[in-house]
Amino acid sequence: MTDASTTPSSEARREARLETSDDTISRRQMLAGAAGVVAVAAGLPLAAGGQGAKAPAAPAPVPPADPTKLQGAPTSPVGVRTPYFKPSRTPTGETVGNSLTPLQDLSGTITPADLHFERHHAGVPFIDPARHTLLIHGLVATPLMLSVDDVKRFPQVTRTYFIECSGNGRNAYREPKPDLTPQKVAGLVSNTEWTGVPLKILLDEAGAKPEATWFLAEGGDACLLSRSIPMAKAMDDAMVVWAQNGEPLRPEQGFPLRLLLPGWEGNTSVKWVRRIELGTRPWATRWETSKYTDPLPDGTARQYSFDMDAKSVITTPAYPQKITKGWWPISGLAWTGRGIITRVEVSTDNGRSWHDAELSATAGVKAPVRFTHPWEWDGKEAVLLSRATDETGYVQPTRKKLVEVRGIGTDFHFNPIVGWKVAADGAITFHGET
Amino acid sequence: MRRTLMLCLVAATAACSREQAAPAASAGTSFASIPARHYGLGRAATPEEVAARDIDVGPDGAGLPTGKGSAELGAQLFQQKCAMCHGPKGQGMPPAFPLLVSRDPKAEGFKFASDYKLPHSIGNYWPDATTVFDYVRRAMPLLQPGSLTNDEVYSLTAFLLAANDVIPMSASLDSASLMQVKMPYRDKFVPDNRKGGSEVK
Repeated sequence: MTDASTTPSSEARREARLETSDDTISRRQMLAGAAGVVAVAAGLPLAAGGQGAKAPAAPAPVPPADPTKLQGAPTSPVGVRTPYFKPSRTPTGETVGNSLTPLQDLSGTITPADLHFERHHAGVPFIDPARHTLLIHGLVATPLMLSVDDVKRFPQVTRTYFIECSGNGRNAYREPKPDLTPQKVAGLVSNTEWTGVPLKILLDEAGAKPEATWFLAEGGDACLLSRSIPMAKAMDDAMVVWAQNGEPLRPEQGFPLRLLLPGWEGNTSVKWVRRIELGTRPWATRWETSKYTDPLPDGTARQYSFDMDAKSVITTPAYPQKITKGWWPISGLAWTGRGIITRVEVSTDNGRSWHDAELSATAGVKAPVRFTHPWEWDGKEAVLLSRATDETGYVQPTRKKLVEVRGIGTDFHFNPIVGWKVAADGAITFHGET
Repeated sequence: MRRTLMLCLVAATAACSREQAAPAASAGTSFASIPARHYGLGRAATPEEVAARDIDVGPDGAGLPTGKGSAELGAQLFQQKCAMCHGPKGQGMPPAFPLLVSRDPKAEGFKFASDYKLPHSIGNYWPDATTVFDYVRRAMPLLQPGSLTNDEVYSLTAFLLAANDVIPMSASLDSASLMQVKMPYRDKFVPDNRKGGSEVK
C-alpha cells in the first residue's frame, strides 16, 4: 500500500485522534493483531475513507483577478464544495471506532450528510437494497417480511432530529486538555432531516400483541448489533428511516434502513436494521451490559439509560482560533433528548454572570438549536461558557456536579458545561474544569 | 403546524384538525394517536426465514440452542480462533481488542465510577452469562462472524466464564446449565432513574 499516513507525523495525528474515542481500533493495533494481518491479506477496508486514502494534492485552483469579467463554470451533475471549505471528520481508517463531526466548521443546525459523525462496531456493510429485508416477528399476529420498497410505501413523515453517541465528550470529561477542538469535545452529535415511516405503523401492520413490552432491533452489519428497546418508545416517536437530508441514507448512516429513536443514545438507532423482534423483557445484549451502562459512585451501574440530557457547546470562538480585540459572535449548539431547549445562557467571565443567548433557529423537539451572543472582547483574560435548560427544567450541570453524582469513571452520558479560555494574547484553549 | 399536518396525512382521519394540535412540546411529536390500519404491504415470513435470523438469547436462557461444550475444549478453541486478537490469556489488546479475562479484586466494591482504568471484563462487570453466548455467536470471530457451531459457542462460553472464575475449568455447559450461571456482579445493575427536571442524577 502506498500510504502517506505511514509517515510518523500522520501516525502521531492518528494516535491523537484515538484519544477521543473509547475503543477505537488504531491502525497500529489492528496491524499488531494477527487479525489485522488477515484483514490486510483479505483486502479488508483498514483505511477505507480514512487518511490513508489521501492522493497527492492537486494544484490549488486560482481564481481570476476579477470574476465579473469572464464566464463562470458550466452546470454540473453533482455540486462540489468551494475549495475554500475543506471540512473533515476524524477517520481512523479502522472498522471499529468513530469519526467526529467538525462542529467548528458548520453553521445553522443541520449536519451535511457526508459530515454526520460515524460510530461503527463492525465497519460499514455494503448492502444491496434489492436484497435487504426487514423482518418483524415475535409477539405479533403474523411475522412480516418487508422489502425496502415495501417500507417506502407506508405513510411517511419527515422530521429533524439529532443523534448523539452517549460516549460523546468522554475524554473532555475525564481528562480535559487545552488542545481540544469542538470536534473533539462534542463531535459525536449530528443533526439531520430524516424521512421514514413511524415504527408504530409497521408494528400495527404485523399485528403487535399488547403483551409485548420490549423489542429487539438488530442491524445487518458483521456484529449484528442489537439493542433492546421498550415498546413505549416504538409507539411514541420511533421511526424506520431511509432518507437523510433529502437523499438516501449514507452507507455509514445505515443504508438502506435505519431505526431512529429521537433523543435516545445513538447506539439505539440501529443502522442497517434487518430484524425487529417483540418480546416481554430486554435481551441483555453486549451493547447494554458490557457497553452503554453507567457506573455510579454508589457501586451500581445504570442500565438501559436511553435519554440524552440537555447539553450545549460553544463552537466558535474555540481552540485553535486566536482572536483580536473587538466584537465576536459567540455561537454554538444546544440540544436535549427530552424535548425542547428553552434557554441557553452564555457567560464570558467563567460563570460569575450569565446572559441569555439568542436562539437563532426555532427550537425543535429533540433537535439542536443554534445560539448566539454578541461579545466585545476587551483584551483581558476571559472564560466563555454556555449552559442549556430544557423544557423539563433540567439545567446543564457543571463538570464538578456530574463528577459528584456520576463519578469520573462513569462511562456514558457526558453533558457538563464546557467552554473556552481566552488568554490575554487572544489564544483560545479548551476549558473543561467547570 | 407542519407536524400536525403530517400526522393528519399519516392518520388519514378527518378528525385531525389544527385545533387539536398539541402545544409546542415533545408530546406533539408522538405517533401514538395514529390509528392502527392494515396496508397489506410485505408478506408473511416463513418459519424458516424467522429461524434463520432469530439467533438472540435472553438473560433467562430463552433462545439457547441445543448443544453443549466444555471449558477444556473452549480453551483449545480460544487458542485457535480468539487468542490472535484477545491474547493467549484473554488479556486483550485494548482498546482495539478488549480484555476478556479479569477478576480484579478491586472490582469487588464495583468502584468503576471512581476508576475508569478498571476493565469492564466478563468477570469484573458483565451482568449476564447468556450475553457471552449471544455475542460470541453473533459477532465472533471478528473475521468469520457466525462461523462457529453451537457446540463451539458453548465451549468458548464455558472457557470464558471459567477463565473469569465464574465456573470451574472442569465445567461443561448446555442450555440448562448456562441459564443457571449467576454472574458475580449481577445485582449491581439498576434501572435508569433520571427523569429530567431540576435534579441532576
